[in-house]
This record gives sequence, structure tokens and C-alpha cells, in this order.
Amino acid sequence: MAAPRVGTFTTGLVPLPAENVDTDQIVPARYLKVIDKAGLADALFHDWRFEADGSKKSPPFVIDEPRYAGHGILVAGDNFGGGSSREHAPWALGAFGIKAILATSFADIFKSNALKNGILPIILPAELHGTLMQIAKDDLAATVTIELATATLTTPDGTAHQFPIDAFSQKMLLDGLDELDYIRTQGEKILAHETSHPGTINTLQPNAPR
Amino acid sequence: MPKTIIEKIWNEHVVDQQEGAPAILAIDLHLVHEVTSPQAFTGLRARGLKVRRPDRTVATADHSIPTTPRNLPIADEMAAAQVKQLEANCAEFGVPLHGWESPNQGIVHVIGPELGLTQPGATIVCGDSHTATHGAFGALAFGIGTSEVEMVLATQCLLQRKPKTYLVRVDGTLRPGVSAKDIILALIARIGVGGGTGHVFEYAGSAIRDLSMEERMTICNMSIEGGARAGLVAPDETTFAYLKGRPHAPQGADWDAAVARWRTLTSDDGATYDKEIVIDADTLEPMVTYGTNPGMGLPISGTIPNPADESDPAAARALTRALEYMDLRAGDSIIGRPVNTVFIGSCTNGRISDLRLAANVLKGQTIAKGVRVMVVPGSADVKRQAEREGLDKIFRDAGADWREAGCSMCIAMNGDQLAPGEYAISTSNRNFEGRQGKGGRTFLASPLTAAATALTGVIADPRTLPGMSR
Ligand code: SF4
Repeated sequence: MAAPRVGTFTTGLVPLPAENVDTDQIVPARYLKVIDKAGLADALFHDWRFEADGSKKSPPFVIDEPRYAGHGILVAGDNFGGGSSREHAPWALGAFGIKAILATSFADIFKSNALKNGILPIILPAELHGTLMQIAKDDLAATVTIELATATLTTPDGTAHQFPIDAFSQKMLLDGLDELDYIRTQGEKILAHETSHPGTINTLQPNAPR
Repeated sequence: MPKTIIEKIWNEHVVDQQEGAPAILAIDLHLVHEVTSPQAFTGLRARGLKVRRPDRTVATADHSIPTTPRNLPIADEMAAAQVKQLEANCAEFGVPLHGWESPNQGIVHVIGPELGLTQPGATIVCGDSHTATHGAFGALAFGIGTSEVEMVLATQCLLQRKPKTYLVRVDGTLRPGVSAKDIILALIARIGVGGGTGHVFEYAGSAIRDLSMEERMTICNMSIEGGARAGLVAPDETTFAYLKGRPHAPQGADWDAAVARWRTLTSDDGATYDKEIVIDADTLEPMVTYGTNPGMGLPISGTIPNPADESDPAAARALTRALEYMDLRAGDSIIGRPVNTVFIGSCTNGRISDLRLAANVLKGQTIAKGVRVMVVPGSADVKRQAEREGLDKIFRDAGADWREAGCSMCIAMNGDQLAPGEYAISTSNRNFEGRQGKGGRTFLASPLTAAATALTGVIADPRTLPGMSR
């Protein structure tokens, strides 16, 4: 799997004004029985989108509204992505075409998982977040540009706002670098640490008499 | 400089720390299960890599397996394929597996401690957000995503930023009928589901010291429900007594050396934390959640809050939506709400002491008419122990369903689930919309409260049970 690469993109907004959207809502657990990453776009927000018989709800859930088709930025409420550590959540968001999520805060594990899949969890101050939520609802033609290299988000009126992102994740995504490859460059240090910290846990060998 | 136990464990495990980059953190124990690992093994294969330390890796099947008798095949084709994939991956990469028919099988967070693999001072990860359970032993244990599972399989390391520290001091003594579950539900109700984001909790104080290991696990388990990836309790004599003689615990001279080292794992006097909260155990009541996240909990004598009383519009919106989903009315008392199902189990409250508490309430009694009670042991070992003690008979005689070990209705992946609109009182950890089955509604509570409710069919205060008053 090639590491994701993120640069600059311009796209529309989708409003999801709910707080504490947990990963059980993003991908319900019964869709976790897959053994690959493919095909999760339909699992995304499944129980908010579909009736029991599999048909789309009417009126449709916001991400299915035709007027938001193709919009790649989700404007969500506070503390997005709490609960389960399932990476199926960013896989499904990515499969659906979401490139960034704007919120006032994110749950830790979701944030880490999203970055590894090239989806930007962007934390905004409450006021700017509120403005963009309103724009998302009112102005369907509005687009936002996100430039990762400068960590700026440009609102429809042309104002550029800086958003926080740690420099390491930023570089990895800009250059399309892989975290596992990065760790592997430190093989000698890993070996040295292992040798000096032998530890007492051994999963292969029970030692106490049974 | 005085240090917290969190900093001590962190420092011990930093392999490398480059300016501006996260630390490379060494991992002592990697727990693997069928749901969050297949794509990680696929990744290893695609890169042509091996599992670096099979001797620090252990796998089990718990999430998607049925809890029906083990001589029946797994009926759900996707679940069966997932379990088979785990078996194939473990065989190919040399990872020890306590498979779904093994005598050591169980919920990953139940078997780690049971086997003595969970040890003080260790770094422990699993592709599962309730990995913090292992923090009860004074380990730094946290959940990771599948990309990270792949990293740990390949390198036994992880990229991490140093977490902030959050002291949760619980002073005083719990009243009869009030338990560890109520401490953690009370904490989350106070700080909210995002209150601990970016932090690791250290649980301390006299009420924590008084708890058994299993009760400490219940508390650490739900750290993530307060937003903290990890939560721990500094090890003490209770910890060492629990671990001694367990299959994978050190023994002989190694044991003495280990205990001597583990004794240094306390937070130094004068160590400072980024955040602190104090909870008075004496004032706690049994807790029940009424909403759709674990922060929406209240003391059992309380009434369901009114969105109109919320000053924050976002919180008011969330509450309105939650009450709508739960079909509950503001101002009603939580006691007396009818339930269809009682679920006793999960990595929060599926251990032997939890089952003993519930059995004690149900002994010689009959569960309320029309109520389904499912008792699901956290591991095959818990199940055997319960059967040795005759708890299975107590549950069955009362009219409850006694199942095989697994996650079961905590996550409802395996067919153990609520029907749309049904209510459950559950000893698990999440009351999210649909968590226990699409359209199902969950009240989280302790095993005592759940068992008391099983008898009446409506949410009942365990303090009214015989022997609970003082
Ligand atoms: S019992 Fe529930 S919370 Fe625990 S590991 Fe299983 S699914 Fe996760």
C-alpha cells in the first residue's frame, strides 16, 4: 500500500452539526467483519443513511443529498470520532470521498488513524467553525481550499486561516512517506533498546508450573 | 525532578526521539484479535516483512465469534472467514493464538491479565480502544488503529507523542451497592466523553487502593470513554498477589527481581499533572446512563435532565437528540424504566467477580417475566471457574441464558443483539446509538444494578436489595 500523499485541494462543504459523532456511527460494528479495506463507502454512516430494508432514507441523510454530491469536506460538531479505534472509519470516509473534516476537536485515536489515511482532521476555533458550518448549510456553491504545505484553509471570501497540524504528519503527507518505513530506518536503535530492555513478558513460553 | 508513573514508563520505552518528530516507542506486549488485524497482516505480506517479535505478540478471537456452544460451526460466513483468516495469519507469521476453541480463549482484555501477560511497567497495545484495561496493573496500555497494528507487528515499535497526564484521585470509601463501575461512570459524567482527550489518567486515592484487580480493570477499561487513550493504577501488593503464579508471570528469582523493579513504579511525591480531579467515593450512588454516550450518566436516584436547562446550545442539541433516540422524557426518574434485555458481560464487567456479584443477587430468585437475561463470561477460564462455583446453575435456575465467552452483545457483531426499539441494561461500556443492535437502546450500569433490574424488569436500585443497606 502506497502511503497517501496530500497537497492542495478545493472542494465543497457538507454540514454535519452533531457533537461527539462516534466511530460506531461512522461505521457500525457489523461492517467490521471484512478482511480487506475495500467497499466501505456504503458502510459509512450506514444506520443514519439507510432503512432496515437497505433503501436510502427519505429525506436522505445529509451526505446523500444530491446538492452535496462531490463535496469533500465534512464540517462536524465537537469531539468527532470518539469510541472504538476502528480504522474502518477513515477507510470508509476516504472511500466516500471525504478529504478533510473540520471540527473544534477530535478524539485521539481517530485523529491518528485519519492522518495515516490522508484525511485531514482540522481543528478550528469555535467562531470560524461556526461560520463555515453556516456557509455549508446556506451556500452550496461555496468552496474551501486547503493547502497542506502552508497549513492554510482559505474560506469562500478568500481569507486564509492557519490551522494546526504537527510538522511530522504534515511532512509525511506532503512527501507521501510511510510511517512504518520511517520506523524501519531506525533498526539499529530498536535493536539496541531491545537488547538493553529484555523484559519479562514472553507470549510463547508460559513459565509457571500449571 | 519528581516524575509520575506515566513519565517513568514512557521514558523507559523511548527508543528514539528526533526533534520535531514523535518518539519511537518500544512495545512490550501486542494483543491481536480477528477484527482489526487482517488488513495489517495483508500489509506485512505486501511488504515482504515478518512479525518482529512473535514472543511479544498474542492473538485471540473474541469480537465476531458466536457465544453458542463451541461444537457448532460459526454460522455467519463473514465471521467464519475472519476467524479463519486470523488462524491462517497466526500460523503463517508464528504468532501464538488462543483460538476460538482454545481453553484460553476470551476477550483480549480479559485473557491478558488472566495469563499473567499483563505486567506492571509494560507498554501494551492492541487494535482495540479498551486496551487501557491493562493499565490496572500499572502498565501504559492503549488502543491503536490497524495501520499501527501493522507497524507494531513489523517493528515492535510505534510512533507516539508524549501524552499529557491527568490525576483522578478517588478518596473515601464506597457505600454498599456502589461499585467500581459507578466510580468510572461518575467520572465520565463529570468530565464528559472528551474530557481526557490527549491525556493519560492515573487513578489514585484510597478508594482506588481498596479495589481488587478486577475492579481496577473495570475502571481503567473505560478510560477511553472519558477521551483518554490510557488510564492506569500504580502497582501495589494487590497487583503482585494477583499476578503471582500466573502462567506467564516471572517465577523464582525472576519474580523477586521483577517485583523489586515494579515497586519503583509509583508517582513521586511532588510530581505534577497537567490536569487533576478529585472524587469523593462516599457520596457516590449507583450510576446509570440515560443517553447515547457514556458521559450521559446520572446517579440512580436522579431524573433525566432537560435540554432546556443546558446553557450550551450544542449540548442541548445533543441531549435532545439522545432523548429522542432513547425515547425518554426529561424530568422522569431513571428508576422504574422498563428493559427488555439484561446483558451481563464484556471486558468491563465479564470477570469472575462480576459474575459472582450478579449470581449473588439472582440466587434462588426468578428473573422478571418477559425479560431476557444474557450472561456471557469474559473468557473460557472465567466460564470454567463460574461453573466450578455453580454460578451457571444459579443463572439458569433464575431463567437467565448462560453463554460461551466473547464480546457478544457489547458490540453485537455476532448476532447477539437487541431488536430495534428494545431497551437493555448492560454492564458493558458503550451506549452509542445502535451499539447493541441497530435501533437498540442501552442503559449502562454495574453488574449489581443490572442484576437487580433483572429481578424486577425495570431499572432498580441495588441498594434496596437484601444485605445492601446499612
Ligand atoms: S467486550 Fe466490547 S468493548 Fe470489550 S473488547 Fe469486546 S467489543 Fe470491545
